[in-house]
Amino acid sequence: MAMTQTRGRALLLTPAALWYAALLLLPLAVVLIFSFGERTPIGGYAPGFTLAQYANLPARMAAFRNTLTLAPVGTLAALLIAYPLAYFLAVRVSVRWKTLLLVLVIVPFWTSILIRSYAWIFLLGGKGLPALLASIGFEDIRLLNSPFAVLVGIVYGYLPLMVFPIYVALEKLDLRLLEAAADLGAPPWRSFVQITLPLSMPGVLTGSMLVFILLMGEFLIPAILGGGKVFFVGNALVDLFLQSRNWPFGSAVAVALVVIMLITVAIYTRVVKRYAAGRDDVAMM
Amino acid sequence: MKNDTTPISRTAFMEELRRYQKGSVTRRHFLGVTGLGTAMAVMGGALPGLLPTRARAQDIGDRVVLATWPNYHDPANFDAFAQQTGALTQVNVFGSNEEMLAKIQAGGSGWDVFVPTNYAIPTYVMADLIEPLDLSKIPNYDAAAFDQRFATAGTIDGKVYAVPKNWGTTGIAFNSTKTGGIVDSWKTFFDGARDKFDGRVMVHDYQLTTIGNALVYHGFSFNSVDPAELAEAEKLLIDVKPHLYAISSDYQPAMRNGDAWLTMCWTGDGKQMNVDMPEIGFALGKEGGEIWSDYYAIPKDAPHKDAAYALINYLLDPNVNATEALAHGYPVADSRTNALLPEALLNDPILYPAAGALDPLEFGAAVTLTDPNRAEVMARFKSA
Repeated sequence: MAMTQTRGRALLLTPAALWYAALLLLPLAVVLIFSFGERTPIGGYAPGFTLAQYANLPARMAAFRNTLTLAPVGTLAALLIAYPLAYFLAVRVSVRWKTLLLVLVIVPFWTSILIRSYAWIFLLGGKGLPALLASIGFEDIRLLNSPFAVLVGIVYGYLPLMVFPIYVALEKLDLRLLEAAADLGAPPWRSFVQITLPLSMPGVLTGSMLVFILLMGEFLIPAILGGGKVFFVGNALVDLFLQSRNWPFGSAVAVALVVIMLITVAIYTRVVKRYAAGRDDVAMM
Repeated sequence: MKNDTTPISRTAFMEELRRYQKGSVTRRHFLGVTGLGTAMAVMGGALPGLLPTRARAQDIGDRVVLATWPNYHDPANFDAFAQQTGALTQVNVFGSNEEMLAKIQAGGSGWDVFVPTNYAIPTYVMADLIEPLDLSKIPNYDAAAFDQRFATAGTIDGKVYAVPKNWGTTGIAFNSTKTGGIVDSWKTFFDGARDKFDGRVMVHDYQLTTIGNALVYHGFSFNSVDPAELAEAEKLLIDVKPHLYAISSDYQPAMRNGDAWLTMCWTGDGKQMNVDMPEIGFALGKEGGEIWSDYYAIPKDAPHKDAAYALINYLLDPNVNATEALAHGYPVADSRTNALLPEALLNDPILYPAAGALDPLEFGAAVTLTDPNRAEVMARFKSA
């Protein structure tokens, strides 16, 4: 009996295991091996064992700096916009409208992010918002091809990924807790800070992590809305592999990015664990 | 189009959108940022069963894969080729020679014919990625009919590895209503960017032309790989960067809607913009710049070699080549084809500039494609 169960479990896990081995671990191993190699005179990869590629990492410092600035700022901006929206959808909207509004949040996902980012070129370009601003007296405002435009683009693109985890967390919120707090004389802001916000933290943390990880690897939105002037690690990678064909250095940059992500996820996991432990204390009281 | 500050009208918006669809979705930059040669226009696709089944003199298979540049062919010719031979042309569009090389270098590209630019050909030969063409299979290629300036780069060590497709230049497109006249020097281009054209100038996201023209500004060779000269060019580019509108090879939309006034520009793009908006002109930098020639070549591992030869031969038929030129607006080096083109096109100053204007221009040199310093200068410029 136990034997069959184990075998069944192994069988069910095989596809996932093969998938990860072939499409995640193997390519990762190749990247790691390449990162110790050398570039041939015409580009590409030549076997070798050198740390030269890693020593050269400071040459892409600006890209790492841009990414490590805009990813957290973008995540925070998305959070500040998504939270009220998720709260509204989960707590305030009547059941009749809820499904429709949730679908509306998803609808943009039906179109490719590429097309939607191109649409922002129209909105932020000279004949879009700046023209409207000029008609009410704010002349010569340029929005496109700036870090601001990139920020707008990434917040817009990743907002649904932030809204849904927070929505799910708030959906389960027991409204009787808020009523009880009100009965005991707590003003609304206090019941929000002491009850709603803590109970929605798992959603906030999940959403933030999802958005942050994706932003760290982003290259499309900076290229389109930054006019090629806002350079992320993702853009550095595209150029290294497709333009200068410096595969070993590109691999070293990729490894560095993966390491930064791993450190971030490790910190995140610790924060979540500590938070969960804190919750247990509350529950016991 | 005159007033930047008026919000766009509905009809103007639709016009812009159409231009945009027509002019930019397949553009070099778009391909660059998506990182893919995968913006694939599959012409006809995977249904060979629908083809006419009449007997053919020679069976070349049912498909041929062509890797080429955006807006560079007349699709009707691919249909006609399929009618004649039974082989459907599958077109992969690319953004840069570097990207094409990266794809072939990685192996298994699956291409039968591709379109390298003059300066890339020596690298393909050196890396043993292409082999000499069997000219007996391309009877439509008559070497004597081609202007030698645009044909020699295909021949290395006396062997013909590639035959000429089109040629062109990299100059300056300017919106004359904004710039107050013609801009025909890289001096005005880069100095103006930091002065009266602040925030309105675009450079290519392409090391060859962006670094090359910055070198020309300083009076150096377009092709220099001298570290001291590259350092001068880098200093200029980094100094100019905060004043640029964008670093992008997708310059048509921004030029057309008035956001950008000045850009580095390839012949065909200059012609296309000039036709739609006469106030946008095109001039060659008088200090120099790039002249280039594209070629047809066959990768060593091409899966459908017979079809590859048949397609090249078909596209080099002067009658076919003339319809191609009418569709894409790039000059042709084949005198037989030019004899079939309208006089107005042959006298067009954008397509066929006066011989004297071409004198200071330089063909890209092979070393620029692979020089690691040029790649790093570009990376530092973009991330600065």
